[in-house]
Amino acid sequence: MASVSVRNVWKEYGGHVVLENLRLEIADHEFVTIIGASGCGKTTFLKMLIGMEQPSRGQILIDGKPIRPEPDPDRGVVFQRYSSFPHLTVLENVLLGLELKAAPLAGRLFGRARRAAREAALAMLESVGLAHAQGKYPAQLSGGMQQRLSIAQAVVCKPKILLLDEPFGALDPGVTADMHQLILRLWTENRMTIFMVSHDIQESFSLGTRLLTFDKVRHDPQAPEAYGASVTYDLSLSRSRREAVAAAPAA
Amino acid sequence: MSRRLINQHPGRAAGLALGVLPFVALLLVYVIASQLRLAVNADDKLLPSLSTIVDTFHSYAFEEDRRSGQVLFWADTWASLKRIGAALGISAALAMLLAVGIGVIPRARALLSPLLNTVAMIPPLAILPILFIVLGLEETSKIALIVIGVAPCVSRDLALRVAELPREQIIKAQTLGASTWQLILRVVLPQLWPRLIDAIRLAMGSAWLFLIAAEAIASTEGLGYRIFLVRRYLAMDVILPYVVWITLLAVFSDLGLRALRARAFRWAEPER
Repeated sequence: MASVSVRNVWKEYGGHVVLENLRLEIADHEFVTIIGASGCGKTTFLKMLIGMEQPSRGQILIDGKPIRPEPDPDRGVVFQRYSSFPHLTVLENVLLGLELKAAPLAGRLFGRARRAAREAALAMLESVGLAHAQGKYPAQLSGGMQQRLSIAQAVVCKPKILLLDEPFGALDPGVTADMHQLILRLWTENRMTIFMVSHDIQESFSLGTRLLTFDKVRHDPQAPEAYGASVTYDLSLSRSRREAVAAAPAA
Repeated sequence: MSRRLINQHPGRAAGLALGVLPFVALLLVYVIASQLRLAVNADDKLLPSLSTIVDTFHSYAFEEDRRSGQVLFWADTWASLKRIGAALGISAALAMLLAVGIGVIPRARALLSPLLNTVAMIPPLAILPILFIVLGLEETSKIALIVIGVAPCVSRDLALRVAELPREQIIKAQTLGASTWQLILRVVLPQLWPRLIDAIRLAMGSAWLFLIAAEAIASTEGLGYRIFLVRRYLAMDVILPYVVWITLLAVFSDLGLRALRARAFRWAEPER
């Protein structure tokens, strides 16, 4: 359960306004896709949701409470690259979140607790189709498999919100289609609210239940940094079409 | 048509032979030069013949010294290895602590980074007298010299390695619930160990330099002490095998560390 309110949020760096006056109400279990030209602040918006950046003005609330000004386990994240740990095997990568939660001091589990966590991690790997690669290191995986791992690693911790920063941007088209099915299935099974930044318009339409485009409304040619971007289109996409996509792999 | 020079790779045997070739050539040059000099003056001490070197080495390595009752070569080796081992251990521990603090915790970085960057610039040999005055002429001052010479560089190197960890990893760990402590324990330290080994390997050369400097100035045993002691008698037949031995010790510790890295941190090895 996670609804998100964005209340009059501005983001400025010095005199450079990146985002101005964002106002959004996102319902629980929404799949929000975000598109826009590069430099329009969509990644900045995502960083504020993660807690990597703070709004200059305004506030962001999750379920009515202001978000913590740093990353926390309520908000999972998948970046385009580098988001799994190179020194851990595939299985250890997925185990990590479970171990951190249960073992604040040692940071790892032993004996029965470890076996239980291992079961959960293996089930997650099975679900993303990586069970056969559990003993490999991330560097030995293809790009698509690395993103599957990164998604599994985030989802196994059951975040309320999952933030995706162009997660499929570097993948081959064939692989991307598989990843779309995967993310839709996980989204349905785990009842997360998803925000996904993308540069692929078609992907944004087919995956999202709500699509936001970021762009500058006002533009001063003498002072291009004076005005920031805000949401120019806010489209509710038909659920039926989206569910048709989700149903496809089962058939 | 023959391939370009850049595309011609020697085979296994040829590669080995090429590697050995310069060593054989150096040895040959020495033997010839030594014979030429000894032919002119049989008492020449500058380039002793190989047989003289072997004889002297035998008495140093396998016979007890009449005065001290010790086998000098091994006593010297043991004394030097103890010093350099202790110093490298202390440096490694210190560097890990500093690097993690500086790399991960912004307050620690603000506190320690300027100090470390300044201390790293002090020429260690310039404060050797201070060490001797404050810590005395015993082991402590020699180990301290090596630590002061080596630890700042290793620390700075490791702090850079921590800074090189992708920001995405640090963020991801936090979204998986990692506390600062857990982040250090499960994400930063494990990725730092192989880099520590690399940093120590690179620092080994200067560690030996400082060891020998300290031993040359104030010591009663040690490889560096012996070399500088017998220098007074132009005893090249002692100095040369000692230098070869020091080189071999350095080479083998380097190989050992490299093997340890490959074995213990398989994930950090480049893909073959």
